Amino acid sequence: MPPSLTPFVRDYEPIVGPEVIDELRVLADRVAGRRLQNINSTAVGGGVAEILTRMVPLLRDLGVDVSWDFIKGDEAFFNVTKAFHNALHGAPESITPEMFAIFEATTEANLSEVPLTGDVVLVHDPQPAGLVRARRGGGQRWVWRCHIDVSAPDPRVWDFLRPTVEQYDAAVFSMPDFAQQLRVPQYMVAPSIDPLSNKNRELEPGHVDETLAKYHIDPARPILTQISRFDRLKDPLGVIAAYRLVRKRQDCQLVLAGGAASDDPEGLEVLREVREQAADDPDIHVLLLPPFSDVEINALVRASTVVFQKSIKEGFGLTVAEAMWKRRPVIGGAVGGIKLQIIDGVTGYLVHSPEGAAHRAMQLLADPDSRRRLGDNGYEHVKQNFLLTRHVKDYLLLMVALDHLGEHIVRLS
Amino acid sequence: MPCPDPFHFYTERRLVRLTGRRARTLGELQRHLREVSGASVFYHTHHAFLSHHFQRPVFDNDFASWTKEALQETALPEQLAAVDLLSFTAIRPIREALIAVIERHLAAGASADRPCPPGDEFHFCESQSFVMPTGLVAATTRDFFRTMARVSNVSLFFHFFEARLRLGRTTNDFSAWLAACGDTQRARAVDRLDPYLVSLDELRQQIIEIGDTQNAA
Repeated sequence: MPPSLTPFVRDYEPIVGPEVIDELRVLADRVAGRRLQNINSTAVGGGVAEILTRMVPLLRDLGVDVSWDFIKGDEAFFNVTKAFHNALHGAPESITPEMFAIFEATTEANLSEVPLTGDVVLVHDPQPAGLVRARRGGGQRWVWRCHIDVSAPDPRVWDFLRPTVEQYDAAVFSMPDFAQQLRVPQYMVAPSIDPLSNKNRELEPGHVDETLAKYHIDPARPILTQISRFDRLKDPLGVIAAYRLVRKRQDCQLVLAGGAASDDPEGLEVLREVREQAADDPDIHVLLLPPFSDVEINALVRASTVVFQKSIKEGFGLTVAEAMWKRRPVIGGAVGGIKLQIIDGVTGYLVHSPEGAAHRAMQLLADPDSRRRLGDNGYEHVKQNFLLTRHVKDYLLLMVALDHLGEHIVRLS
Repeated sequence: MPCPDPFHFYTERRLVRLTGRRARTLGELQRHLREVSGASVFYHTHHAFLSHHFQRPVFDNDFASWTKEALQETALPEQLAAVDLLSFTAIRPIREALIAVIERHLAAGASADRPCPPGDEFHFCESQSFVMPTGLVAATTRDFFRTMARVSNVSLFFHFFEARLRLGRTTNDFSAWLAACGDTQRARAVDRLDPYLVSLDELRQQIIEIGDTQNAA
């Protein structure tokens, strides 16, 4: 399969309509002459790099002067920031004074390495956050974009970061639940999916069937699917339990597909548990997918009758939007960002238990009209709220907003 | 009668600001409702009409939804949803009406301190709106109804939902302009539409049909 090429703005017009594209051009004109500088920790790997890889070319195509720079750090620094990342997620971590010292030292080194040339500097996540201390006057604006679920952060790390964040002009979070007590304005910009990426684009005829054949999945029988890395918080064992309840009443197959990094011991442990639970049931397909399996994931979701995202805890959960975009009915755990994407009974179902997931799955398997209705509503909901063009629009609006922070209504001529 | 001025269709784009305020109990919801900005009250009573444009509203405002789903209240969500948004021409009376409903419920013996499950807190947001011309202009009433098919849901929302609060009267931009053009019959017909009971797609269709009916006559 060819990799998805970097698209142009005009490529999105058949999907979102000319009005959306026209508005992006109007907003881009509005910020003409201002440079937007993105700074994060890496060009490759992770959600931030993935979104910037798609978004930066689009902004350029709109005529926005945009750049993307990275900080440098050694292994010690990235071990520290990994621990900070986990701690900000609320996971127990050993945090030592030496870690803060390493963070500060690396920040100091990057202050003289990273050219801070933007009129608007958009700093992504904690790793580069300290660069703000080099902000220049004369109208330069700084925004801290937090992609992490900080709804219950470790106070040691958050208390360390907060004074830095409060040097920014504004902070951006992905969900209302992540808002903090800050002395700067906070904005919500939800994550998004790219409808033209390999994970979401329309596939060539036959590709879905080829993928099913590859994994010995029967296209003639209902398929329940969960696409997630093998992580206890995604509750794959709960999904298996739900599947077993459904199987007592209705024929179906279960696909659990995801990745597990080789340096993630817990992920491999969870995969082992899942395989044990799946035992010798030929209708449970546990697929450990290699990196860059986006097209196969795309095909698996398109082949599915019902998609699960039965997380116990979730940041945003873009797999939900990805499935909804393909008009698949989604049954999701009522947690985190899944609740923003699934309107219960309208764009999918929200559940709290394996029994609840099974109950909804049985209803959907028995009712093609409901599947179609939820699928169509889910598609419309994603089209309105969770596409990359909306994300681009939000960042352009943010650039405008930085000059109107105290105003509720801004009139643009 | 010629129209005094052309109708300029505007659209509006919004950023959502997070206030950092959150409520776990009915008492906290009431307290924050008294203190949050008008932009927050507007956001929580209106944003669902725009973000869920394809479906008819169920519980129209976030306060009703939250008290039902997070606090498991029964009558209160219905009473909050029944606050007649169409009758208000300013945010302050909307806020006062919502607070009054909660106060009555608490006075009847409901608990102000029963918390919602962890993770189900109500997070107060507010809108920052950016109003832009769409480039669509109608010089005559015929143009106006012809153009309606091309008007976006966002533009419809701006001219219908926000207009009353902006104009400070119980009408919308379309009816006000049609009346100024002397087309009082269709101005009244459009004014009688209830945008809170239909989806935006349906609202647009209803407006188009009003134009078609007059043309047929």
